Amino acid sequence: MDDNVIRVKMAEYNVGNNPTTLITIGLGSCVGIALYDKVNKIGGMVHIMLPENKKDLTPAKYADTGIPLLISEMEKIGARSNNIVAKIAGGAQMFSMGESNSTMRVGERNVIKVKEVLKEERIKLIGEDVGRNYGRTMEFYIKNGDVLIRSHKTDNRFL
Amino acid sequence: MADNIVSNLTDLQKDALKEIGNIGAGNAATAFSQFLDCKIDMSVPSVEIMPISDVPELTGDLEENVVGILLKVMGEAPAGILFILAEDSIKHLLKIILQKEVDMHNLDEVEVSAIKEIGNILSGSYLTAIGQMTGFNLIQSVPGYSFDMAAAILSSSVIPLSKISDYILLIETDFIDGDDEIEGYFLLMPEVGSLEKLLNALGLGTNG
Repeated sequence: MDDNVIRVKMAEYNVGNNPTTLITIGLGSCVGIALYDKVNKIGGMVHIMLPENKKDLTPAKYADTGIPLLISEMEKIGARSNNIVAKIAGGAQMFSMGESNSTMRVGERNVIKVKEVLKEERIKLIGEDVGRNYGRTMEFYIKNGDVLIRSHKTDNRFL
Repeated sequence: MADNIVSNLTDLQKDALKEIGNIGAGNAATAFSQFLDCKIDMSVPSVEIMPISDVPELTGDLEENVVGILLKVMGEAPAGILFILAEDSIKHLLKIILQKEVDMHNLDEVEVSAIKEIGNILSGSYLTAIGQMTGFNLIQSVPGYSFDMAAAILSSSVIPLSKISDYILLIETDFIDGDDEIEGYFLLMPEVGSLEKLLNALGLGTNG
């Protein structure tokens, strides 16, 4: 593992440059978003829980406020939004409760909102591992832009 | 910044919530013991108030495979109930209930039902006790089951409760048997609005 590993907790974000590795552990219905400026080798990661921030709470908890925040924090350390591409993971449905109400399908709603916001921000989505019913850990290597997905249910996979 | 009743509880109010945990979990431990026909003890309940982002760390190792049984509590004081058991504990429990060794990665329908039934019994008896204490009619949903990373289970369980607050209040009780073979975390997670109702029902409300 690289020397400089930064953990991104739930509802939080972080940014870094080469050779930082950003890790978020145990994504369930939450979605991890890794943004990468490959020209300047600057990366950022946010771990969102819900689609929309309606009550002005922690911005990194929500897709609609977390992604713009992450972009501007990356720009502060030298990234250019034109260069940025995205890889996302998570949005699972961990529990099947025999009902299909919206609370239970929050993973799916998170993924839809994340894609919508990326589009609005003109950021290209180049990799995803989303949905299904299991937890994922995401490791983002800023040196080359690779994102490793680990889970207890599947083999390791690179995005 | 903590932004609501969760962060402004007095010690007296916290003690009252602990008492809910005490009486609820006491009843649940009795039911659990009878179901398993072995002695199950409980810890003194604790009332934890924490930022949502710390919830996945609750049981320690974030990537450890654990069983989570999640129930929704409906009625006058909506809440979530999450019961978490380590892999060894659930295997031991299933051995008592079903009289056989199970492969956690390939559970059949009967085995999953047995796990869910544990959640039903514990939650049912816990809520019955709270209902008697508060006069509330509390109904539990069908249990959901997952065997996966602890952090993924914990985080997904608190999402419905994190919509209007960055902080969460948990009433936690640990269940243990005499031989250290079973250890489970039982979490009652009231919605922000329910907290006030529970405290009012106990005569310790914020609005008199």
